[in-house]
Amino acid sequence: MIAMTNDAAIAAEGLSKRFGDVVALDRIDLSVPAGTVLGLLGPNGAGKTTVVRILTTIIRPDSGRAWVLGHDVVREANAVRYRIGLAGQYAAVDGNLTGRENLRLIGRLTQIPRRFIAPRADELLERFQLADAADRVVRTYSGGMRRRLDLAAALVHQPPVLFLDEPTTGLDPQGRLELWEVIRELVAEGTTVLLTTQYLEEADRLSHRIVVVDRGQIIAEGTPAELKARLGSTVIEVGLANETEALRAEQLLARFGSGCGRDGTTICLQVSDGTRVLVDVLRALDSEDLVPVSLSVREPSLDDAFLTLTGRRVEVPAIPEPDTVATRGAA
Amino acid sequence: MSLNTLAALAPIQHHGLGRIPSAASDILAVTWRNLLAYRRVPQLLVFSTIQPVIFVLLFRYVFGGAIRVRGDSYVDFLMPGIFAQTVIFGAMGTAVGLATDLNTGLLERFRSLPMARSAVLAGRTAADLARNVFVVALMAAVGFAVGFRVHTSALEFVAGLGLVLIFGYTFSWVFATVGLIVRDPEAAQAAAFPVMAPLVFASSAFVPVDTMPGWLQLFAEHQPVSVTASAVRALTLGGPATSDVLQSLAWSAGILLVFVPLAVWRYQRTT
Repeated sequence: MIAMTNDAAIAAEGLSKRFGDVVALDRIDLSVPAGTVLGLLGPNGAGKTTVVRILTTIIRPDSGRAWVLGHDVVREANAVRYRIGLAGQYAAVDGNLTGRENLRLIGRLTQIPRRFIAPRADELLERFQLADAADRVVRTYSGGMRRRLDLAAALVHQPPVLFLDEPTTGLDPQGRLELWEVIRELVAEGTTVLLTTQYLEEADRLSHRIVVVDRGQIIAEGTPAELKARLGSTVIEVGLANETEALRAEQLLARFGSGCGRDGTTICLQVSDGTRVLVDVLRALDSEDLVPVSLSVREPSLDDAFLTLTGRRVEVPAIPEPDTVATRGAA
Repeated sequence: MSLNTLAALAPIQHHGLGRIPSAASDILAVTWRNLLAYRRVPQLLVFSTIQPVIFVLLFRYVFGGAIRVRGDSYVDFLMPGIFAQTVIFGAMGTAVGLATDLNTGLLERFRSLPMARSAVLAGRTAADLARNVFVVALMAAVGFAVGFRVHTSALEFVAGLGLVLIFGYTFSWVFATVGLIVRDPEAAQAAAFPVMAPLVFASSAFVPVDTMPGWLQLFAEHQPVSVTASAVRALTLGGPATSDVLQSLAWSAGILLVFVPLAVWRYQRTT
């Protein structure tokens, strides 16, 4: 899976990075075709942010190489910087400036011709529903507004490649949906996006391809459909009255999907077409006179995915992601 | 990739070719941004001016009567020292400002932009120089109000203030380095104090050094705050100024020569 540096908008080969004794990245390969979205999925401390910081020229890899639109992120860092936008969970905007001033500042620093800066800022404020708050100091913005401004700031110079580091972490469901919509629009306009997320659902909804990382290594990758085929797109949990019934039900239902364990009287099933299978499951149980005492249908979480891929639960890392610690204290 | 996005990008790339004008423009943009903070958070400016005003009042009216200086007027001796002390205290703001930017992730964004690498540090120190111009002018006004008089000429007085501002700019680079190393605004302030206190107090800023023990006199007489205070004294009270002015400029040049590369190196290595 050698990166096709000529065709791919973003490519990486063997990226490795250590922070002291902590291996943040261990030989990561990536290839993101132009105009597509790559979802980098993984738990806290998996190395997602480190990948983004290397690709956006903020830090250098210890070894390996990476390219954005064919430009080497280390040797041609400045050429890369003209072509990328970066937005993230920290909403790196200046609290003492107004929304408009923030965007104009970024406009100047991204070297846009002067006459385009003001109209571009206005256009973005309008698009991100910040026009009314444009002349308010950002300190007074809500979390969602800050996040929208942060994304707007990443788009000032119309970068063809966009990096979004956990763009919806900490947003409420409404804010998340709005942001997803914006990302879809950008992709429809031809932008290439690399986004990191801890949410399987988010990666599924937005990405053309998903790369699952854990402890600095890629542990799975594919299209959302491929990964879901592997993981099951829906988790059905059926609780029964006692263990005998649960054992019978487990055998009975095995043909509908892959089992994801029995916990006492509750059996778990990962299936690929949830709603249709659910009807079959209930029919099968009914035909054997098995009456469930509880029933739940849910999307698989990152936790389920990890259990399937690695055989273990997502760990709360003992050491927080070193790159974020180094830059932002306990943030 | 759509052709639209590539087309939209083309003029931007061409603009980026002009390197030198872009560095100047980036430094200006960052300076403007830092100065706006003083307008938006006036407390930053108020607190950095209240402290020197209190020093003036304290030394003029509380300690001044007990301090013997050559010549008649302690306030004329005091104010040049106050100017030097003010800009050093002010330079601490450079450390706090940089550490704050590191913490908010703003510097992280700046590092991903096609801007001049020098702009963050140059813009920070330039903004602090502009703030010092304001604070020093204010202190001069306070000085005149409590009886300070210039015995030479307006030109020499302005030259003295200019020397102080150069001196303050120099220390902004020292504290920029401190801020980048400690990375936390409060720690930056705490770390700056032990650097600052001996320079400000073991000096001729507030008292003549000849009452100090011999070993301390040696330091107190030649250290940068003292020679700068002495130079400004000579420029406002009269007397031979050349030697002290040159010593102060030499200190500033020497400190810049060490700390500009050190701060830049530290900034580039900041991950």
